[in-house]
Amino acid sequence: MIELQGAGRSFKVKRQVVHAVQDLTFRVEPGEFVGYLGPNGAGKSTTIKMLCGILTPTSGRVRVAGLDPSRKRTTLARRIGVVFGQRTTLWWDLPLKDSFELIRLLYKVDRKLFASRLEEMVETLDLAEFLARPVRQLSLGQRMRGDLAAALLHGPDLLVLDEPTIGLDVVSKAGIRDFLQRTNAERGTTVLLTTHDLGDIERLCRRVMVIDHGRLGFDGTLEDLMAGQSSLEEVVTRLYTGSLQ
Amino acid sequence: MVRSYVLLAWTWTRAATAYPVSFALMTVFGLVVAGMDLAVILIIFANTTSLGGFGREEVLFLYGTASLAFTLADLLFSNLDRVSQHIRAGSLDTVLIRPVSAWIQLATDRFFPARIGRVLQAAAVLWYAVAALELERLWMVPLMVVCGLVIFAALWTFAGALQFVLTDAPEVVNAFTYGSGAYVQHPLSIYGKELVRATTFVLPLAFVNWLPGLYVLGRRDPLGLPSWAGLLAPAAALILLALSGLAWRQGIRHYRSTGS
Amino acid sequence: MPTCGHGLLSFPHAPEVTAIYLYPTLILYGFRKHATYVWAALAGAFTNSVFGILRAYVLIALWQARPHLGGYDVVDAVTFCFVTQAMIGPMQLFGGGLGIPERIRSGDIALDLVRPASLQAWTLAEDLGRAAYLLVVRGLPPTLLGALLFGLTHPDGPDRWALFGLSFLLGVVVSFAWRYLVALSVCWLIDERGVATVSMILMTFFSGLALPLTIFPGWLGELARSLPFAAMVQVPIDVYLGKGDGLAFQVLWAAVLLALGAAGTRLVRHKVVIQGG
Ligand SMILES: Nc1ncnc2c1ncn2[C@@H]1O[C@H](COP(=O)(O)OP(=O)(O)O)[C@@H](O)[C@H]1O
Ligand SMILES: [Mg+2]
Repeated sequence: MIELQGAGRSFKVKRQVVHAVQDLTFRVEPGEFVGYLGPNGAGKSTTIKMLCGILTPTSGRVRVAGLDPSRKRTTLARRIGVVFGQRTTLWWDLPLKDSFELIRLLYKVDRKLFASRLEEMVETLDLAEFLARPVRQLSLGQRMRGDLAAALLHGPDLLVLDEPTIGLDVVSKAGIRDFLQRTNAERGTTVLLTTHDLGDIERLCRRVMVIDHGRLGFDGTLEDLMAGQSSLEEVVTRLYTGSLQ
Repeated sequence: MVRSYVLLAWTWTRAATAYPVSFALMTVFGLVVAGMDLAVILIIFANTTSLGGFGREEVLFLYGTASLAFTLADLLFSNLDRVSQHIRAGSLDTVLIRPVSAWIQLATDRFFPARIGRVLQAAAVLWYAVAALELERLWMVPLMVVCGLVIFAALWTFAGALQFVLTDAPEVVNAFTYGSGAYVQHPLSIYGKELVRATTFVLPLAFVNWLPGLYVLGRRDPLGLPSWAGLLAPAAALILLALSGLAWRQGIRHYRSTGS
Repeated sequence: MPTCGHGLLSFPHAPEVTAIYLYPTLILYGFRKHATYVWAALAGAFTNSVFGILRAYVLIALWQARPHLGGYDVVDAVTFCFVTQAMIGPMQLFGGGLGIPERIRSGDIALDLVRPASLQAWTLAEDLGRAAYLLVVRGLPPTLLGALLFGLTHPDGPDRWALFGLSFLLGVVVSFAWRYLVALSVCWLIDERGVATVSMILMTFFSGLALPLTIFPGWLGELARSLPFAAMVQVPIDVYLGKGDGLAFQVLWAAVLLALGAAGTRLVRHKVVIQGG
């Protein structure tokens, strides 16, 4: 589903070159649920932006669903769903249901299929009470549920989430985790998730990748990462502060 | 392409017409603002009978064709010059994850149909001038407007592409887009020869209405180009459009997003 | 956009200090606040220069057809064109620039109204600072470019320069007084874009920016030359060219508009305090 080979992206900032991501190589198979961890500024968002074709890699090769994201961005867009926790992908001034309708038209989703998906989303994400409200009037939790629905209405094979639980309260977080787990289990949607919330990782991810200073430091199962220790927090703290091998 | 454009534009139109009174007002005001350029021409001709060798109706004909093309482009594509705003707000990321070209999404972003007021003003002036002049090559007029529209669309595309680089001073592109619109409102014979040459062979603004306009009016080009030069307008417009498309693609490919 | 008065609540409030230092400080403050928008100002200067060149050619063509039109020769006309382009920024001829509408909508205006200094004087001081900054950054480039490309005239002798300086200052005050009234009108309007557009038309067309008011025909010309907008561009530029001394006209309109503004401020205070916004 995802294939990176020596992928890197650097930025020129005031005549200096910043390597946001370097020499990244990994594969994600269909149906996996992968957590993507790393301290602030590690390169998580940069990786995700390369996966959706927002950023063109400066080195290496990226393939998502068999396509080169930066060259086939609009084709790829139909096959993936993207959620940015920091900002909404919905139309700020439109009521939520108009945003959804617009998505149906833009993604050319069949009307019947769309209606059934929307019905399911409204139920599982509990959207009914604020469907008619403009997005700018929604609370963070409501908005994030709206964004999740928007990312899945066209039935993507891959869902990419950049810090979807940021700033949410305990109840909203739990709701979103349940939803993600069900989406992965029932529809077989591949999920790649970045987060700073270790609870997300413990509850959801079978596989974990850790990135620091733009390089992949760990890639394996959650059990391997724990390596017999009791607290994920300790393990991660040690990883972030110490050197990654 | 067209379908996506109409869909998005229609969505914004519905939002804009939610308050019909304020919408109608903005349409009328647009008409009046555009009328100021016309008033300038009329005041000039209250003081003289010819400007740059052209009479009042001829100048109004050139003004009408240029303005109609410009105001249509302004209605349909001018939102492209907000690229840098989208970059700074981070909303360009969201645009890029949709299965529709970024160009269409940005051109229609906050599509504001009240700008139709200016289009109507330009159309009315052109109507008057055409009626007053009894032109022989009338068939050429719609073609002129379409070519002008394509040239201005290309200019706005360049303006958007340039903003991928000029994120800090996006207003610079206004001189380029609105400046071009103002430039072709008057007969080019009033400008310096170098300027006219540059806007014929480098940036083909002379093909918006000047060279084809001379052909329609049956007038000789002061710079000595043959009268059929005006017929090259479609070619000039398409070449410029293609180049602007390339610039736009470069802009998107070099988009850096924002560090979080 | 800059907002009026923000960050000034911490200004020392001892009355004897404020009396002497408040307004100069505010002018400086307005100057510095605009200095943070240097790129926008330079881009504006660029646009004004480009339009200056285009307009200059139109005027040259007109003055070639009518050599002494409106009492100007062709060099006067070209000078008129570039100097008026240079005035767009300082006189804020496209309107706005005060930040008051934003503060009325957010309700912050209540804070401004309870300060010991008058909102109008306060805003005027900041606006003078803004004008001074834009005079340098947006005013000089078009003028220098015009001088370089076409050759412009300038006031002959220090007296004329001084008179022009005074007339220019009065122009800024009239422009401020007008924009202040427009800004206050937001209090009574749901959608202020209509008023903003009308104001923009008046300030660009009837000030002399579009064309010298001296060539407006008949009654239209007489009307245009007696409205306050003439005090913003036409009068200062005539002083610059040595074609007239309309300073009394400017003082008159400044007084009238400032008085209206003061009355408007009282109405707004009444509305905000008694009716709660
Ligand atoms: N558009 C950009 N311009 C300059 N530097 C950037 C840009 N985007 C990211 N960076 C830099 O790249 C590094 C990785 O950023 P990012 O991928 O956002 O990290 P994360 O999402 O893991 O917190 C950081 O040092 C950041 O400053
Ligand atoms: Mg990030």
